[in-house]
Amino acid sequence: MTLQLDPPQVGARIKPRRRIGVVPQRFWSVIATFALLIAMFGTGASRYEGFASPQVVLNLFVDNSFLIVLAVGMTFVILTGGIDLSVGAVVALSTMIAASTLRAGWPALATVVAVLLVGTVLGLLMGLVIHYFEIQPFIVTLAGMFLARGLCYVVSVDSIPITNGSFQKVAQGTVPLPGGLFVTPAVLIALVVVGIGMYVLHQTRFGRTVYAVGGSEQSATLMGLPAARVKVGVYVISGFCSSLAGLLFSVYSLSGYSLAAVGMELDAIAAVVIGGTLLTGGSGLVIGSMLGVLVLGTIQTFISFDGTLSSWWTRITIGLLVLVFVVVQRLFSRGPR
Amino acid sequence: MRDTRNPLVWPIAALAALLLINLVVSPSFFSIDVRNGQLYGNLIDILRNAAPTLLIAVGMTLVIATRGIDLSVGAIVAIAGAVTCTHIAGSSQPASASTALVAMGMAIALCLALGVWNGFLVSVIGIQPIIATLVLMTAGRGLAMLITDGQIVTVNNPTFSKVGAGFVFGVPLAILISGVVFAAVALVVRRTALGLLIQAVGINPEASRLAGVRSRSIVWTVYVFVAICAAVAGLMIASNTKAADANNAGLFIELDAILAVVIGGTSLAGGRFSLVGTAIGALFIQTLTTTVYATGIPPETTLVFKAVVVIAVCLLQSPKARAVLVPRRRTSPPAAAPSAPTPTAPTGA
Repeated sequence: MTLQLDPPQVGARIKPRRRIGVVPQRFWSVIATFALLIAMFGTGASRYEGFASPQVVLNLFVDNSFLIVLAVGMTFVILTGGIDLSVGAVVALSTMIAASTLRAGWPALATVVAVLLVGTVLGLLMGLVIHYFEIQPFIVTLAGMFLARGLCYVVSVDSIPITNGSFQKVAQGTVPLPGGLFVTPAVLIALVVVGIGMYVLHQTRFGRTVYAVGGSEQSATLMGLPAARVKVGVYVISGFCSSLAGLLFSVYSLSGYSLAAVGMELDAIAAVVIGGTLLTGGSGLVIGSMLGVLVLGTIQTFISFDGTLSSWWTRITIGLLVLVFVVVQRLFSRGPR
Repeated sequence: MRDTRNPLVWPIAALAALLLINLVVSPSFFSIDVRNGQLYGNLIDILRNAAPTLLIAVGMTLVIATRGIDLSVGAIVAIAGAVTCTHIAGSSQPASASTALVAMGMAIALCLALGVWNGFLVSVIGIQPIIATLVLMTAGRGLAMLITDGQIVTVNNPTFSKVGAGFVFGVPLAILISGVVFAAVALVVRRTALGLLIQAVGINPEASRLAGVRSRSIVWTVYVFVAICAAVAGLMIASNTKAADANNAGLFIELDAILAVVIGGTSLAGGRFSLVGTAIGALFIQTLTTTVYATGIPPETTLVFKAVVVIAVCLLQSPKARAVLVPRRRTSPPAAAPSAPTPTAPTGA
């Protein structure tokens, strides 16, 4: 059985460039990321047979749908000038909760609700501590990371397989596209999350306040913007996105495992940075983070197409890319730190 | 009244409480044996296991005092172990003392270069410390894998195994190394102006530069120093396990080190640091781990305890939370980080 849903309409919205005259400055970094993606893909296509096939492009989305969802949440947090180190652990905790509740015989819907609730509440708690007790986000989310990983082990030390019918159906389901291509339902969910993220950031009052708080929290507060609500809100969003990504990951791997997604918070942060979001906050686009994830995915594809490169080149390349982007950002935004 | 203000009171109380729990659970907890002229016992074990974390935490304290942070120490630990073990395993005399010394020298030299690199990014290019060191944190383990070719390299060199598991005058060498470094740093920051200068840079780099402090060199130096500390800690860990594991050596040790610094009362906002607090913090973390093992709680749940402790300690140190928890009038805000005092007037000619 396959799920029939609307085909994604991402291509049309990827590049808001080439307007007459000057491109607004906030699009530069996203254009740079897009150019990088095209350049990497071009290199791959010229070197390896079959690299440029449309299904390879779609597989970038299929294999990284959970990372896209994570990166969207992380973008919100980083835009306010914060950071969330707990996301990888929350992904692992979500797979554990999903697997163990399903094994206990819960209906799939109840499991989904429970997982999303746990992630969101954890995000809310971290946000409240960060804002109301003025403790650094770095430390609070670090504690959140310890807590979530520890709770994973409390649930179970071993990997738990998921045998629930609905989950398996979703896992095996594909969405056919014209030309014999396909994506998975997870990709559609990820694209919807990207769409909602873009809408919230650019079309709502909440989104504008996110940018304002990232620019200067003090100014935002003085302007009468609800800085407190937004600062807590971004962690709630990040927590929700993490648990949703955890659900997608548990469908992808059809199991719950305590050591799942170790270091995934680094991938998410790297994707956001490569996507052109300023780590000091206040500037960046959700679509950039998605492109950042695709860049990371392209590196993986590169390594799997080239049989001679070893997997550790992934980490080195990601590190170098982050470095290049951060240095370029720094050079372009000279000014008071 | 004044005692509750001292930031060291809570960490010391927590450490004492933990030790008491251990004493209740196993009455022989404090006993120290001398076997073959070497010290053994639970307390010695705690000290020895805490040694690498303590070493890194001392370096991290100075980095955090300059308002920075170094996330790459875990990767540096892995790299130091990888370089040493690969060189020893690949040499013609894998058991000789000179091979071990050369290998350790190479590891420390490479890690020094990595520290110079981190310091360059932070102090010269001006990238946020958390991001600048994130680069090496991400790439570093890949680098370690590159050095070991993705294998776990095992070595058997008597000189090298002394670093992590050996005894000198009956005391484990790892404890001595950490202790000496701790004492040296404490002496330097207390007896020279360096401590003051580091605090000045942490409070306001721009103002201290205008006042004639060479803030760039100071910031650069602390990143080099913490990298060397991490390298030595990496040697200890690799020597203790007699192997270099690029994936798991020093995993999360940066977080433990930062935790030790924070528990010890050093503010992440920079400008105020306590080396003694850091030492207590590092011992506390190790004691907590030992206690979890000793009391028969499943060891996997250690992380939950760490999380609870971090939050509790941070809340106790946060002025906001204290105001809520202890509604008492205060004469001066104790823990508030000085927020950007006005730059001193430039000294005119």
